[in-house]
Amino acid sequence: MDKIRAILDQFGKLKVPASSLAPDADLYDAGLTSFASVQLMLGLEEAFDVEFPESMLNRKTFSSIAAINRAIGEITRAAA
Amino acid sequence: MANAPARVAHLQTPRQRLESVIQIARAHASEVDCENRFPAETFEALKRARLLGVMIPAQYGGDSLSLADIVDMCGALGQACASSAMIFAMHQIKVSSLVTHGTESAWHIDFMKRVAAEQLLLGSATTEGGIGGDLRSSICAIERDGAIFRLVKEANVISYGRQSDAILITARSHSGAASSDQVMAVVLRDQYALEKTIDWDTLGMRGTCSEGFRFTCEAPAEQIFPHPFAEIAAQSMLAMAHLMWGGVWFGIAADAVARAQAYLRAEARKRPGEKPPGAIRLAETVGVLQEMKSVIVSGISAYERAKLRDEELSSVGFSVAMNNVKVTTSQAAADIVRDVLLINGIYGYRNDSPYSVARHMRDALSAAIMINNDRILGNTSNLLLVSKFDTSLVA
Repeated sequence: MDKIRAILDQFGKLKVPASSLAPDADLYDAGLTSFASVQLMLGLEEAFDVEFPESMLNRKTFSSIAAINRAIGEITRAAA
Repeated sequence: MANAPARVAHLQTPRQRLESVIQIARAHASEVDCENRFPAETFEALKRARLLGVMIPAQYGGDSLSLADIVDMCGALGQACASSAMIFAMHQIKVSSLVTHGTESAWHIDFMKRVAAEQLLLGSATTEGGIGGDLRSSICAIERDGAIFRLVKEANVISYGRQSDAILITARSHSGAASSDQVMAVVLRDQYALEKTIDWDTLGMRGTCSEGFRFTCEAPAEQIFPHPFAEIAAQSMLAMAHLMWGGVWFGIAADAVARAQAYLRAEARKRPGEKPPGAIRLAETVGVLQEMKSVIVSGISAYERAKLRDEELSSVGFSVAMNNVKVTTSQAAADIVRDVLLINGIYGYRNDSPYSVARHMRDALSAAIMINNDRILGNTSNLLLVSKFDTSLVA
């Protein structure tokens, strides 16, 4: 989750540091825009060496740190 | 028999009731355009025919019409008067926000009933000076004071603002909120004041009267939608807007094509046995009109499928598809009218000929800048960094 927070700080353009956000805090309320969410996806793909499938490219997947963590977990498990 | 017309109105389908409105809209279209005025006759007729609440569920007094029905009405009205059709579309987009996101709050359900019963015309104040046309971003903020809220917005565009019975307005949810943390509220005419700041004197779509205002209001907080505007925009507003606008633009293009056909037929009658030179261009243009129709019809099916699943509705792939509906239909409308201008020649170029498409050209040119296509393409190009095109040919 710390790795996700670091990438959020880099690409999410949030109005608060990601370290101040609870795992289930709503990232859109924290200022995540649709433009920044795509940059965030690309940052996560690069950092975790994964590719988000089309079915995961929706608002819910990137709505919180916990949701992102779950999505990355699912992709890594599916690949293993 | 004072209530006879109302009874007749209920016997006919909404689409049948629209026919008389279309005649009235067509009769006044040129005057509305020349005089730069609101198509009052069309909207009196729409209210008389009880067509402003048609999208509202029957249990709240509407006709439960589907998106496809509404888009078809936009297209039919667009063939007669593009300004009337665009106002009708913008009103229905606001109604769709109530229908989709207003059923969990008692106030919004009551308001929906009022829209149907009193045939209220709904306006929209989503753009703001200093934002640059991005409706997903606000500067102004809701100021709550117990059970009421206050708001001042420099709204540089409120279409038919002076004729609206209520306005749906966006703002940041509170003074400390991020620019994207927005809510939408319904504000009734007697709860707001409009101070005009910008006139509406444009190339086309002159009847929409999309003037700028300083909007000031005080209203009960329960009139704020319970769901964030981000959800309303993503789950209904953008898709509905692009499809209904597409319907209006299709109407403009379809009427231009009808005028080309009428012109060519008259020419062919004058010189039997000779094919007019523009005939081959008409064949090509009708192909583009058919493409445009396909894009709208398949876009409506995509919306109907997506609305069954929240994740699909908020998916990147669906956003790309709806963005493409807007860009392709807006370009096609202008391309088609320009081709008709070549077919009809001087008769198309004149304002006073039965084959004129001068107003059509001016109206159609608004399509590319109504949420500028370059902005939409910029947004789509960002989404395409992660999203792949759905290559399935099964609807």
